[in-house]
Amino acid sequence: MGLTPRPESNVVSYDPKGGEGWVTTRLDFLVNWGRANSLWPMPFGTACCAIEFMATAAAQFDLARFGMERMSFSPRQADVLICAGRVPFKLAPVLRRIWQQMPQPKWCISMGACASTGGMFDNYAVVQGIDTIIPVDVYVPGCPPRPEGLIYGIMMLQEKVKRERAADPTIRHEMEPDPTSQLYIPPSAINELSEPFGNAVHQTRSGL
Amino acid sequence: MSPSSSFTPVIPGSGLPAGTPPAATPKKIPHRGGPVNPTVDALRAKFGGAIQRVDVVWGETSVVVERSRVADIVRWLHDDPEQAYVYLSDVTAVEFRDVEQPLEVVWHLRSLAFRRFIRLKALLPKGTPLEVPSVYPIFKSADWMERECFDMFGIKFVGHPDLRRLLMWEGYKEGFPLRKDFPLRGRFSRAEQLRQALAANPEARYSKEELSIADAFEDLPQDMRARLRSGEKTGE
Repeated sequence: MGLTPRPESNVVSYDPKGGEGWVTTRLDFLVNWGRANSLWPMPFGTACCAIEFMATAAAQFDLARFGMERMSFSPRQADVLICAGRVPFKLAPVLRRIWQQMPQPKWCISMGACASTGGMFDNYAVVQGIDTIIPVDVYVPGCPPRPEGLIYGIMMLQEKVKRERAADPTIRHEMEPDPTSQLYIPPSAINELSEPFGNAVHQTRSGL
Repeated sequence: MSPSSSFTPVIPGSGLPAGTPPAATPKKIPHRGGPVNPTVDALRAKFGGAIQRVDVVWGETSVVVERSRVADIVRWLHDDPEQAYVYLSDVTAVEFRDVEQPLEVVWHLRSLAFRRFIRLKALLPKGTPLEVPSVYPIFKSADWMERECFDMFGIKFVGHPDLRRLLMWEGYKEGFPLRKDFPLRGRFSRAEQLRQALAANPEARYSKEELSIADAFEDLPQDMRARLRSGEKTGE
């Protein structure tokens, strides 16, 4: 989604011999380079994935190396929503509102099996993947993912940010939900995404 | 009485006679039978026919009582100095797979002074209104436990001042999730569940104090608005 082939000229030319010194580059490249290396995450941690996220942010794995020096606990100053953990239906409007409060440009990482698919919680209370509520850029699998996994997802996101073209208007397009149902995607697609799969198909249902 | 003077610390085991050995983890507890909690005799003498059955399971005494007398019995257990069940550790309910079997509402009470534990049960046969008296006037800690029990099982605790859902949101339409006739994935399709969840106002589920200052008041169900209008103080 929104991925375009990488432009060839993502290089910086400069002239060290000139008196003043000058640099030429593409504006896209410069802007994306700045954005990709200063993503501020909004942690939306609801479960055990948040513990791994904290481990990622702490000294051992040190998320600050990737420009995420500061956790943005206010969505209004955040660039990346990292949804770490299962999201029950009761939290769905909260997550939606947080996403809507974030200014463009914004990205979303769905961390872990529960946030991405509902995971083992194929029941009445849990949203079957946050992509039914908000658009997601990167899914990080795992239950929970190790910090290396999350860092890999963040680097993938940085890669995606670096490939964006400022001239492409679609990447800044704020998705408006359907005014009556408040859904981004059609109900049939949500039902299809939420279908049980694997062993969950044979899960005992209460037949009483 | 001012709140500070109403607090009297309870020393565990202080009601036991002198020379009682210190509390120790019991060994070799039989599954059924064993010593019965001495409170049962006092309960029988006091309430007679309201005590329907007594079981001792894994050393813990379960007393099945008449559902309409629950509040009286808990009140007496709490107030009587010879019993002093001052700690309500749980209020919950059980539904069995067998449709003939009644629902059970369970109260766990603990007497710190006498080191006793008693479990009260009230049977709610299927087809009868699922109503039991609230013990909220006796134990304030019953507030959220009864709300959760109402939320999950649909059992009405008569006398609870604010019996609304605790875990699911106000206006949840699918029923009572822990009942056996509730499908694991809920009654509606996923899209419909999501639509209803997103239609809920995120601010409509805080405490009454917060709600009264929030904008979400008009989105609340009618009965809740009526409850809030009846002289609720705001949190200022």
